[in-house]
Amino acid sequence: MTDTFQLDGAPVPFEPGQTVMQAALAAGRYIPHLCYHPEFKPHGSCKLCTVKVGGRTTASCTMPAEAGLNVESNIEELNALRRTLVQMLFVEGNHFCPSCEASGNCQLQATAYELQMMTPRFNEFYPDRPLDGSHPDILLDYNRCILCELCVRASSEVDGKHVFALAGRGITKHLIVNARSGLLKDTDMALTDKAMQVCPVGVILQKGVGFRVPIGERRYDQRPVSAQALDDAPRQAGVGGGCTACEGTS
Amino acid sequence: MSRKLRVATTSLAGCFGCHMSLLDIDERLFPLLDIVEFDRSPLTDIKHCGPCDIGIIEGGICNAENVHVLREFRTHCKILISIGACAVTGGLPAQRNHLDLGACLTEVYLTEPGLAHGHIPNDPELPLPLDKVHPLHEVVKIDYFIPGCPPSGDAIWKFLTDLIAGKTPELRHGLIKYD
Repeated sequence: MTDTFQLDGAPVPFEPGQTVMQAALAAGRYIPHLCYHPEFKPHGSCKLCTVKVGGRTTASCTMPAEAGLNVESNIEELNALRRTLVQMLFVEGNHFCPSCEASGNCQLQATAYELQMMTPRFNEFYPDRPLDGSHPDILLDYNRCILCELCVRASSEVDGKHVFALAGRGITKHLIVNARSGLLKDTDMALTDKAMQVCPVGVILQKGVGFRVPIGERRYDQRPVSAQALDDAPRQAGVGGGCTACEGTS
Repeated sequence: MSRKLRVATTSLAGCFGCHMSLLDIDERLFPLLDIVEFDRSPLTDIKHCGPCDIGIIEGGICNAENVHVLREFRTHCKILISIGACAVTGGLPAQRNHLDLGACLTEVYLTEPGLAHGHIPNDPELPLPLDKVHPLHEVVKIDYFIPGCPPSGDAIWKFLTDLIAGKTPELRHGLIKYD
């Protein structure tokens, strides 16, 4: 018999070592998230997965599941805060969805849909950020980076290449490329890298395929992120494929 | 029957795509016209806005005239709706925001090849461009937002019928779109 905790009043079973997020997704329960990815160690930085446990807020992607926890997630108080976080991400970068080739495949956009974000609400920053088109196969559009570090993690943990890093602090924090020139062409980044697959927005793009799938027929056009995320998550503990946080649970 | 709701619409730094999408509600225009009548709008060619129940504005703010029109709408409309990506985020015109305006004008009218003897337009009737393009809510209070480029006719219909029925407008998956 497995232990359970309560999520929004309904029981969620979990295996020892699972986080609240992993157990919830495995049980078919969606908690909004951006920097969490089932194949990587939890990062806990975007704070979108914040839940209330015993009345206190915590990131569900890093919170270990424990028997008897009383977790609140899908409540308007938290969804309003999540919407505010997403609004801040939108105004801090240049997120012009109509001209972005990631539109429809973008987790930030899909999560904003899920949270019913009708407006970015805050004043736009319109930052001046560069493009890097130096690599023959890959375009970097820094305008859309939300600093989730998934490419940093994928490149170092899976590809073993350490192509990406974050530099600077606070509002000046930004994604950089590990080359003396700062250009992607001077790294060993390749299309087959895991780092090519994990960007939740439209920063790391394969050249030449942008609109092969038309707008309106893309991943999150078909199904909302709340349904798609459940398909992507391992349905049973230990089927995480490289998830170090799941180790020892199978 | 109670009086019809008076509705004004305009396009500022927009492409009229959102107005085209409004027309995309197709035959539902007839039941809509049973309950609303249009004040200032490209559909009526009325030049200034009178007292209205609802104002619908597409396009962001890119020049001084846009600001005047937006303020006229805010003054006369009880409910002001920002419609489309440009009104909501600045949109495509705002993609000049990281460039210097003077440099933009110089390149477009003076230094671009094929523009010999060009000059930067300076007719006094032309509204002065703003240094940056802004979404509407950075200039006046906006009551509702309908994102999309453009929002579909179905999204506009759902939003307006919810609003007119006195419900909080709600666009679920498939109707809420930013692209």
